[in-house]
Amino acid sequence: MRFDQKIMRYRMPLALAFVCGMGMLIQFFVPHPISKEIYKEALDWYIIIYIFMLVLATRSLCVAHIRKIKKGEPGWAYSIVTLAGLTSTALIGIFGGIGSGTLFVKIYNYIQIPMESTMFSLLAFFIASAAFRAFKARTKEATLLLVIALVVMFGRVPIGENLVTRMPDIVEWILMVPNMAAQRGILIGVGLGMIATALKIILGIEKQYLGGGG
Amino acid sequence: MFPGCCAKWALALILFPLILNGKEILPPSNVKAFDTPNDAGGSITITWELSPDDSIISGYEIWRSESPDTGYAMIGYTGREIKEYRNGKKVKNKVKYYYKVRARMKEFGYSPFALASSPATASYQWFDLSKTNVLVAVVVFISLLLYFVSRAKRAGESLFVRKIPGLDALDEAVGRATEMGKPLLYVPGLGYIDEVGTIAAMNILNRVARKVAEYGTPLLVPNRDPVVMRVAEQVVKEGYAAAGRPDLYKEDSVFFLTPSQFGYAAAVDGIMVREKPATNIFMGLFYAESLILAETGNMTGAIQIAGTDRVLQLPFFITACDYTLMGEELYVASAYLSREPSLLGSIKAQDYTKLGLLLLIVIGTILGLMGIYWIVNLFEI
Repeated sequence: MRFDQKIMRYRMPLALAFVCGMGMLIQFFVPHPISKEIYKEALDWYIIIYIFMLVLATRSLCVAHIRKIKKGEPGWAYSIVTLAGLTSTALIGIFGGIGSGTLFVKIYNYIQIPMESTMFSLLAFFIASAAFRAFKARTKEATLLLVIALVVMFGRVPIGENLVTRMPDIVEWILMVPNMAAQRGILIGVGLGMIATALKIILGIEKQYLGGGG
Repeated sequence: MFPGCCAKWALALILFPLILNGKEILPPSNVKAFDTPNDAGGSITITWELSPDDSIISGYEIWRSESPDTGYAMIGYTGREIKEYRNGKKVKNKVKYYYKVRARMKEFGYSPFALASSPATASYQWFDLSKTNVLVAVVVFISLLLYFVSRAKRAGESLFVRKIPGLDALDEAVGRATEMGKPLLYVPGLGYIDEVGTIAAMNILNRVARKVAEYGTPLLVPNRDPVVMRVAEQVVKEGYAAAGRPDLYKEDSVFFLTPSQFGYAAAVDGIMVREKPATNIFMGLFYAESLILAETGNMTGAIQIAGTDRVLQLPFFITACDYTLMGEELYVASAYLSREPSLLGSIKAQDYTKLGLLLLIVIGTILGLMGIYWIVNLFEI
């Protein structure tokens, strides 16, 4: 790799990451209006970049589906539906407006939201199948998990409190003490990991996201 | 209507200040105004001592003027039992403002004004003193990080890192996909590029791309965020180049699906069912769709490796995946896989900081039980 290529491909992004990262780090401690303005400006830049990237992403989506249709890959008909949906929604939004009561909003309210809700509701069935697998008492840990889960479920329904008066208190203790302790342990590790990763990127120690080693 | 309104005002003037049970309502006292600390200017904080009749009033009116004796206008109101007000509207920096406070009854009853405050001017600050503890913690952590990284670099020593089965299984997972002649599906989560979990996912993607390039295994990287998609494209391309197989890189291996959370889940599920990838890797930030993805992958019989820092999603991944990277394991993956001394050194810095925090938590808990809170207060922001 030529020297100027190396500079543009690795050194320049690292320098940019350092300047921007340190800038944002300093900005966090400085309440001055200039600091706030810089932060706002950075967020605006992100929005601008996002919009340009959205154009490229839409292109990627269209190219992938057009290729599927051309090659007649399995499920190519669904690609026609995707492209038709994308084009028609965009045209309806551009020419018919996006205010309340417009066709665009109706498409969102009566097609998109119900479809998303349908996907979300599938979660209930997936939880049931996952729970069935998780609660097979094959090991000591799985047995403990099963027992605790049963106690928590029992304490969360009215019959649990009717049969054992102190059941809600026991459940609350399980959730707030051992469960919370484990969660906080993970969260402290996550917090430090986040800071370490961010600092490694700012200081140029971590370069893998650029494709280089180390 | 007019006479009634006049009568009300007349009554208010006659009764002003209100005489309650033959006794005048006592005003608040000791009004102080000062520049709001640690802000961007344009704000003055006013404090006062509550009126002795605080229990029978409805609240306090705050008045402001640029002159100590005249020109006061009401600028705010607070309920009773409150003795602080932040004036952040129409406050110019470096202009002197005087404040007066009086108590107000429910209807047309006021106490006399408390003595006006000394003049206060708003100004901006260059350093937020309330974040001093954060600055100290950051400096200590950076120092530890640089120390261990430089030590690891100098000595080139191989630091001990406990085994992480999920990361050890990556090679096996790529190998399985190669043997079965099926693609490897890499889901970089639903996070944006400014989230550290997504950047960690990109680091792991680079390693996975190198491996699939070595084995010539097809790779599928569906994306929810356009910016992440562009970064993923570059990372995968670089991974293929680093493995010496840039010719194997296919532009359509990294693609965009939809920004919609459940639309994305549905599309990825569709890919799993149609393409039947031999290996599914979920790395990054996941929300309610985590189980929808992982269970579908489980049903298709793929070997699954997941990693996320979202604590609430971990149980779902643990249940439905073969290996799960929990919390910080996602962030150490890059160091673990590359075995770079400088990156391994950073893990040691993390561990020492965790040890320090653990000690502070234990000491803080003991002192807190004894009624001593200075360690607990150290963590307040």
